[in-house]
Amino acid sequence: MLTDGAWGTMLQSLGLPVGDCPDAWNLAHPDRVEQVARAYVDAGSQIILTNTFGASRIMLERHGLAEQATAINRAGAEISRRAAGDRARVFASIGPTGKMLMMGEVSEDDLRAAFEEQAQALAAGGADAIVIETMSDLGEIKAALAAAKATGLPVVASMTFDSGKNKDRTLMGVTPEEAAEELTSAGADAVGANCGQGIAGYVNICERLRAATTLPVWIKPNAGLPEMVNGQIVYRVTPQAFAAYAPAMRDAGASFLGGCCGSTPDFIRALAEALAR
Amino acid sequence: MEDLKKLYDAIVDGDARTSKALATQAMEARLDPKKLLDEYMIPAMNEVGRRFETNEYFVPELLIAARAMKQALEIIKPALVATGAEPIGKVAIGTVKGDLHDIGKNLVAAMLEGGGFEIIDLGVDVSPEKFIGAVKEKGANIVALSALLTTTMPSMKTTIEQLQEAGIRDQVKVMIGGAPVTQKYADEIGADGYSDNASGAVTLARKLIGA
Repeated sequence: MLTDGAWGTMLQSLGLPVGDCPDAWNLAHPDRVEQVARAYVDAGSQIILTNTFGASRIMLERHGLAEQATAINRAGAEISRRAAGDRARVFASIGPTGKMLMMGEVSEDDLRAAFEEQAQALAAGGADAIVIETMSDLGEIKAALAAAKATGLPVVASMTFDSGKNKDRTLMGVTPEEAAEELTSAGADAVGANCGQGIAGYVNICERLRAATTLPVWIKPNAGLPEMVNGQIVYRVTPQAFAAYAPAMRDAGASFLGGCCGSTPDFIRALAEALAR
Repeated sequence: MEDLKKLYDAIVDGDARTSKALATQAMEARLDPKKLLDEYMIPAMNEVGRRFETNEYFVPELLIAARAMKQALEIIKPALVATGAEPIGKVAIGTVKGDLHDIGKNLVAAMLEGGGFEIIDLGVDVSPEKFIGAVKEKGANIVALSALLTTTMPSMKTTIEQLQEAGIRDQVKVMIGGAPVTQKYADEIGADGYSDNASGAVTLARKLIGA
């Protein structure tokens, strides 16, 4: 199944100032957020996410918006739900809190409470499933997984593999095998890899996840690494170059495929074409 | 004290309780704090860095080692200051304006501190003015800029430009890092160096100031 691409850069092109909280736009500019969601549905996404990646109470606190956590998440799910109609499913996004459990910056109880609040609001807003993404720490993703499971919705648990010599570990050193095994036994309905690197490196990661679990595998790589051209940040990887890996990813066992940072609706169109061939 | 090698081991193993106890014993025995630092503690962090670069260690091991180092460092610091020993360099570190992410920045700060640098941690969403202030008022000779977002990378460029305008670009070395940052980008914006990991940042900082 085809998922979606990046949201943050799309919102910026619609006027979100750099450094502002993207998730707050669910309340301030729901029309523009819906425009992004709709662009992905129109491009052929069968699953769209929500503009709630940074909307846990702990992340929102950095913008002084913690008390709006429930409203922001609920609105985020409702916006994607409206854009999806009966053309796509809504998998609501939960991202990391940016706090390290092992350094005592946050307690397990605080994490669990923040994720529960977020997950319940996403479910109330009409999400079909929840996707926990861009995680690097097994402790944090398991706290989010338990909170998301409590809604009764299916849950995708996805980590970012970008560290170590071979770029096959998460920041915290977790391997694809460890991720797949631990998340499978913790009750995930799908496991995956997103962000962190381009699509080429994720083919092997996908194979390794595939081999370590019987669950479906979810893959959302970046559109390569950003480069600076005439003062502008650009991703040089074209939708076609990205999509050229789609058949290999399918063969590697991916059940869900989309893009992360730097990808756009054109990437989804290119993926759809590549997979239809 | 019978065996300073144990202090080295405690730091490499990330055993903060032991490193603190051994540093305390060493100070009670009036051992030379500079020798302790240069011959056992900094080499221990170098070993931690080596293990990180060879994939024996990952971030969790790095963090607990840095914590063990910090605990020991705090114990010997008063004596170290009394000897008039200077840190090898002063680093003003922060996540650039518009960016609120601090995990990478904190990691680099911890490793630099373990490497013998004094750290002036300016936090997140740091304006160019604050970096300039740290150089002018606190004597930082290295400015370390972090960004996690592609959208905030341009703040690195702005910060370097403003150091230039403030007339202090020549007094400092600028190093940059963060997930989307590349050597190419560092070259383009005129940074003095780039590292893609916290351990490499220590090697880079030493190289930049000739330490």
